[in-house]
Amino acid sequence: MSLLTILLDAAIGIMGAGIGAGIAALGAGVGIGRIGGSALEAMARQPESTGDIRANMIVAAALVEGAVFFAIVLCLLVVLA
Amino acid sequence: MTRNYGLKTLRNSKIFRAFIIMTITLGLSSNLSASESSSDDEFKPGDIIMHHVMDAHEIHIMDGVHFPLPIIVKAPNAVDFFSYSRFEVAEGSDVKKYTSPSSGNTYIYEHGHIYMGNEAGEIQMDAEGNMVAPYDLSITKNVAGMFVTMFLMLLIFMTVAKSYKKRSGQAPKGLQSWIEPLIVFIRDDVAKPSIGHGYERFMPFLLTIFFFIWIANMLGLIPFLGGMNITGNIAVTAVLAVFTFVITSINGNKGYWMHIIRPPGVPLGLLPLLVPIEILGVFIKPMVLCLRLFANITAGHIIILSFTMLIFIFANTSGVGVAYGVSIGTLIFSVFMNVLELLVAFLQAYVFTLLSALYFGQATEEAH
Repeated sequence: MSLLTILLDAAIGIMGAGIGAGIAALGAGVGIGRIGGSALEAMARQPESTGDIRANMIVAAALVEGAVFFAIVLCLLVVLA
Repeated sequence: MTRNYGLKTLRNSKIFRAFIIMTITLGLSSNLSASESSSDDEFKPGDIIMHHVMDAHEIHIMDGVHFPLPIIVKAPNAVDFFSYSRFEVAEGSDVKKYTSPSSGNTYIYEHGHIYMGNEAGEIQMDAEGNMVAPYDLSITKNVAGMFVTMFLMLLIFMTVAKSYKKRSGQAPKGLQSWIEPLIVFIRDDVAKPSIGHGYERFMPFLLTIFFFIWIANMLGLIPFLGGMNITGNIAVTAVLAVFTFVITSINGNKGYWMHIIRPPGVPLGLLPLLVPIEILGVFIKPMVLCLRLFANITAGHIIILSFTMLIFIFANTSGVGVAYGVSIGTLIFSVFMNVLELLVAFLQAYVFTLLSALYFGQATEEAH
C-alpha cells in the first residue's frame, strides 16, 4: 500500500504527461504515415488524379492531427497545472 | 451612387487618420524603461516561453524597448482608461499598482491580470476569498494584433475591389493578380464541392475566415515586432468556431436535424446509442475546429521558442563557447521550423475554411 502513495508525487504525474505526449506523437506518426502512404500509392496508380488525392490527403491529415493535438494540449495542461 | 473606396480615399478618410494618430500617440508615449528584473536571477526558459506565447498588456520588443498598450477597465463605480506605462512599482514593495486620479480606484497588476486594490498594495478580496478584478477590456497584444489584421484585410480587399471596378472587362493587374487566384481557389475548390448549390451565401464568411486566420497566423511568426500570437489564444479560435457553429445551426434544414435526431435507416435498438453521439457531435465538431487551430499554432511557436532557448540553456550550464557552437545548428533548425510554420499558417486556414464549408454543406444538403 505504501507503494501506491508514490503515485501521489507530482513528478510522477509530469512523467505521465511526458509519456502521454510521446504516445500522442506516435499516434500522429502512424496515422499520417498511413494516409501519406496510401495517397502516394494511389497517385502512382493514376497520376492524373494527383491534385484531388493531394487535397483529400491534406484534409485527412488535418483531421488526424486534430485528435493528436487534443492529447498534446491535455499533457501540457498536466505539466503546467 | 456608392463611394469608391480606393487607396487615396482611404488615406483621406477619417478612420485612417484616426488610426494613424492613435498609433503615433501610442508610440510617443512609450518610455524606454529599464528592463524589469525578477526577484531571483535564475534563468527559467519555461517562463520565458510562456511569456512569449501568452497575451500581455504591452508589446515587449526587446529588453528595454516596451510599447505600452492602453488599458480599459470597468470597475463597479467607473470606467478607467490609461496606459500600461502608468503602472509603477513603489519603493520598498514589489507590487505594481496605479491609482486612477479620475475615479480614485487603485489597480494592481500581477501576473498579467489586473485586480482592484488599495493604496497599501493589498488586493481586494471578496466574500469567498477570491481576488476582486474589474472587467478588463484593455487593448492587449492580441487585440492590437487583431486590429492590425483587420486593417491589413481592409486595405488589401478595398484596393482590389476598386481595381476590379476600374478595370472591369480587362485583365487583372497588380494586387488583383495576387488575390484573384486565392479567391477563385476558395470558391472552386472549397465552397463549390462542399456546399454545392447555393454556395454564394457562404462565400463572404468563408473568405473572411480564411484570410483572417492566414494573416493572423503569419503575424504571429514575425519575430520582433510584437510577435502577436493571435490565433494561439484559445479565446480567439473559440469565437471563430462559435461563428461556424451558429451559421451551421441557423442554416440547418429539416434533413440536417433529422439526421441527428432520427438517423434514417437505423434500427430502433441502436438509436439510444447513436443519437447521443450525434448530439454530442454537433458541439464537438466546432470545438475540435477551435482546438486544432489553437494547438497547431501554439505548438509551432513553442517549438521555435524552445529551439531558441536551447542556446541560452547551453550558455547557462556549459559556458558561452558551447552556446556559440550550438547556435549554428539551432539557428538552422529554427529557420526550418519557421518555414514549416509558414506552411502551417496557410494549411490551418485552409483546413478551418474547408471544414466550415463541409459543415455548411451538410446543413443545407438537399435530401437525395
